[in-house]
Amino acid sequence: MLIIDCPYCGPRPELEFAHGGQAHVARPADPSKATDDEWTEYLYLRNNTRGLYAERWRHARGCGRFFNAIRDTTTDQFVATYRSGEKPPVAAGTGVASRGTP
Amino acid sequence: MQKFSAWSLLREAFGGHQGWKSQWRRAAPKAEYDAVIVGGGGHGLGAAYYLAAEHGLTNIAIVEKGWIGGGNTGRNTTIIRSNYLFDESAALYDHSLKLWQDLSQVLNYNVMFSPRGVMMLAHTVHDVQVIKRHVHANRGNGVDNEWLTPEDAKAFCPILNIERNIRYPVLGAALQRRGGTARHDTVAWGYARAADALGVDIIENCEVTGIRRDGAGAVEGLETTRGTIRTRKVGVSAAGHTSVVLGYAGVRLPLESFPLQALVSEPVKPVMPCVVMSNTIHAYMSQSDKGDLVIGAGTDAYNSYTQRGALHINTHTLEAICELFPMVRRLKMMRNWGGIVDVTPDRSPIIARTPVKGLYVNCGWGTGGFKATPGSAHLFAWTIAHDEPHPINAPFTIERFRDGLLIDEAAAAAVAH
Repeated sequence: MLIIDCPYCGPRPELEFAHGGQAHVARPADPSKATDDEWTEYLYLRNNTRGLYAERWRHARGCGRFFNAIRDTTTDQFVATYRSGEKPPVAAGTGVASRGTP
Repeated sequence: MQKFSAWSLLREAFGGHQGWKSQWRRAAPKAEYDAVIVGGGGHGLGAAYYLAAEHGLTNIAIVEKGWIGGGNTGRNTTIIRSNYLFDESAALYDHSLKLWQDLSQVLNYNVMFSPRGVMMLAHTVHDVQVIKRHVHANRGNGVDNEWLTPEDAKAFCPILNIERNIRYPVLGAALQRRGGTARHDTVAWGYARAADALGVDIIENCEVTGIRRDGAGAVEGLETTRGTIRTRKVGVSAAGHTSVVLGYAGVRLPLESFPLQALVSEPVKPVMPCVVMSNTIHAYMSQSDKGDLVIGAGTDAYNSYTQRGALHINTHTLEAICELFPMVRRLKMMRNWGGIVDVTPDRSPIIARTPVKGLYVNCGWGTGGFKATPGSAHLFAWTIAHDEPHPINAPFTIERFRDGLLIDEAAAAAVAH
């Protein structure tokens, strides 16, 4: 079980938390103008990074608040947790390792 | 290929079993192939076998970063069934179930397919309605499934607790008699041996580190830890690591990878004649031929590539198992382990072309890929050989998410997610 450092309450066991998926996924600014591809990206496509991953957690059985975390998905170790609205303290991977040639 | 038969067994018995040969070659990568499959699990090995056996492509290779069958093929709970709700899914999974039925004969390898029946329990009024809907939908699609009363369910699986005084009493069950189990390792080995006999190179300890593309963007080869391999067709069948491999070609997929755990008890005499699954309280169990009870737990909450999960997930499952099967309460659990499963938003797989020419993907099998091994492999081989999907896997594209044509087994699938 993970020990998760809630930025509001301090370290607590994973059982108190709900995972909230990838962090920093912004809803299209003007939904009526967003194309099908932009909606697909927002609704369905995720980085699924192997390495440092930015994700949301909610301290569901604690303060109830959402916050963000950077976790290494190859070790499950947290690098940082930070409050919603704050910039990630460490850069996370995007999942796309290389664009290759064209 | 050394054919297995009663006669060959007898002959080798007289020779002290010294005459058995390796079942496949330990191949080194050649400079160029007509097609390369990435991922040496059941789905990838099967795809290579069908490419060679049915589509005449024999100058092909499988590259596997570890050893064959060492990923989810060797880590699952081996349940086989086809009782999915939607027409597209029923066609896909039943195609697979039909291939399981004579797979041992086709491969000349005993995959120990055992259609012992898969029973799914209903614990609430909602469960009863949903499961009956499944039964009717399945029968409409020609997939066998029948509704059982709690007493019928107990008659089929005598160790089941149908007392009404438990937290989630059994209110009924659906039974697919054609469903069952198979021996997971032999599926990988059987396909590997049969593919090797047709000339397919099985290259282990060879991790893909890049996808080479030409000026027009089409695939022209793979970078691997064992050098560059030229090829115009790459089929990726890498389960939990599909996002990573497709990322080398800049393709983003609607996938998230989660740890999924399973565990086995100490071996006991035969007590359980079938597979029992419960969606609501999240437990499923069957008994392997060597006697251990094979128990499937749920996915962990967070994405991960670690091939391990948290103990509280197993504890939760065992609580449910102990309530449903009181006789297992004093059994010791021997081992638990995790695999990394790639889950799509609608819990249906993707077997399709990608936007990159020459690059194909078979992924998104999530928590239930083992049952689909032969069908998935068969259809993936077809898709690679023809550069277009077979009618059965035509709906299972990447574009279905953009086009709003989801095959939404997420709520409808008979297992908990």
